[in-house]
Amino acid sequence: MPNFKGIFQGKQKFVTVKAGQVPEEPADGLWTKCRQCAGILYKKELTSNLGVCGDCGFHFRLSARERIAITLDEDSFVEYDEDLLTTDPLGFPGYDTKIEAAKQATGLNEAIITGQGRIDGYPALLGFMDFSFIGASMGSVVGEKVTRLFERAARQKLPVVIFCASGGARMQEGMFSLMQMAKTSAAYGKLSEARVLYISVLTNPTTAGVFASFGSLGDIIIAEPGALIGFTGQRVIEETIRQKLPPGFQTAEFALEHGLIDMIVDRRNIRKTLGSLLSLHGGRREEAG
Amino acid sequence: MTSFSLEFEKPLVELEKRIEDLKEFSLKKGIDLSDEISILEKKADELRKEIFENLTPWQRILIARHPKRPTTLEYIDMIFDEFIELHGDREFGDDGAIVGGIADLGGRAVTVIGTQKGRDTKENIARNFGMPHPEGYRKALRLMKQAEKFRRPIVSFVDVVGAYPGVEAEERGQGIAIARNLVEMARLSTSIVVVITGEGGSGGALAIGVGDKLIMLENAYFSVISPEGCAAILWKDGSRSQEAAEMLKLTAPDLKAQGIIDELLPEPQGAAHKDRMAMARLIRDAVIKALDELSGIPVRRLVERRYARLRRIGKYVVSEMPATEAPMVAAGNEDMHVAPDVADVEGGSDET
Repeated sequence: MPNFKGIFQGKQKFVTVKAGQVPEEPADGLWTKCRQCAGILYKKELTSNLGVCGDCGFHFRLSARERIAITLDEDSFVEYDEDLLTTDPLGFPGYDTKIEAAKQATGLNEAIITGQGRIDGYPALLGFMDFSFIGASMGSVVGEKVTRLFERAARQKLPVVIFCASGGARMQEGMFSLMQMAKTSAAYGKLSEARVLYISVLTNPTTAGVFASFGSLGDIIIAEPGALIGFTGQRVIEETIRQKLPPGFQTAEFALEHGLIDMIVDRRNIRKTLGSLLSLHGGRREEAG
Repeated sequence: MTSFSLEFEKPLVELEKRIEDLKEFSLKKGIDLSDEISILEKKADELRKEIFENLTPWQRILIARHPKRPTTLEYIDMIFDEFIELHGDREFGDDGAIVGGIADLGGRAVTVIGTQKGRDTKENIARNFGMPHPEGYRKALRLMKQAEKFRRPIVSFVDVVGAYPGVEAEERGQGIAIARNLVEMARLSTSIVVVITGEGGSGGALAIGVGDKLIMLENAYFSVISPEGCAAILWKDGSRSQEAAEMLKLTAPDLKAQGIIDELLPEPQGAAHKDRMAMARLIRDAVIKALDELSGIPVRRLVERRYARLRRIGKYVVSEMPATEAPMVAAGNEDMHVAPDVADVEGGSDET
């Protein structure tokens, strides 16, 4: 167990992967427990299963880099705008430290990675949100990166796919954060006017400010099985209506039943589904590698 | 007359009551107390000035939530020369928490939308305490599209604690309705003036709050999260809302400095509810002035301006990176018209 010690001594908290590789075996032991069926899973198998429980189909949360690795063609990803860094515009107590800690823990600069890559040979502009970076909340940098992605896509006439995950707007940046909802939505409007395809893939959880902006604006909205999807947090709803929420409330399945999304796609089929959709929208397959 | 007064106003209210009593006494008994009264009135003026010129963010929030603060329909009644209310989203129902219609503003036809709180318990139940469901946002959008069709400018009044947090609201796509309004308001081919009159509660306020000109009353607030919610997240203690209110920088002066709003509208002394007619006149003048300015701009240019206005909001820095590590290697970014490529250039709004 070579990596075991590193984790428990707090030296290593993340696993880096290169595009095109499946995520490496999680470093904290050989076995893990499924959060849904409580079954004992052999990690190597879970990894080769793209983080999906082989028994019950539960989708484990993935980091942005893991998502890139399992979704895109090998070595096809070029990152954009990674030089945009977060500031503390309100002088919000503790925000600096929080950002630093999130950077250390995730190895990321912010809660989204954007760039260009290929899915099953089809080129697209892409966004991958990472929930472990302050709940993938949207502050100025996330909003700016998404806006630039949409603007670039409108100019280049390349489709956009964003894997969303977020707890909402980042309160530490105050109104600058809230306005990113309007900014990204306006940029989507430009993309839409340019008749360029946008597919949003909602992963667990996609809520609040991100759901109420680019998360729910996809021409096609896909969700991962079981993902929490909604606007208002469940605790707030319970406190308001003073009732227990029905089981399955705000899940991907609930959203599908109520006509809020187009489909639920198992992570193991997402490349194929996205490839087909890109192809049906005039995508031209490029040489892999 | 009994009236609802806020804790920080108490000394002033007591003083005002003493003046009233003295006046009454003097009238009844026929004793001239005008010297005493004028001294007390002077004192009251000073006290009022002192209180209202040094309001904390939390005190402003209390004023914004004041039960006597004029509601959207009351403002509409005072501001416009005629108003015909229209109802329904044509899909699901008619949401009482959002009102809208066509109005006459000094000979100019405009579409008016706004969030609507109730005056008393009965009205508040009918209005769902001013918290819209998705059909409310869709009704607002329907009326805005109608305004675009008939080339009417839009005036939107924002005073909402937030979009309704309920099961049915989620089932009917609260997030989707808000997102749709954000997209459409950003590109509607007609001018939009937004007046934030009281509470600007997060996404539920933003959903009717995108426009060419944002006017905000002095004691209104606009925030990404309620101070109570913020305090609950930070300290698991909703009672520390006052501190959270300071940190969130949510007052009109803060937002003017941040470039989020365009104009701060001063309130009459003692806040809007103390002299609602005066407040309404100020809003009317500001809206007419804004519409006059905007009407001179060709529609295409107007929409571009509105996009640019949103586009520059946000604060970030661009890190200094060696060219070899810079990620700008993909084709097509040569025409990046918004990319600040100088190190440490601050992105976003720097307007004065």
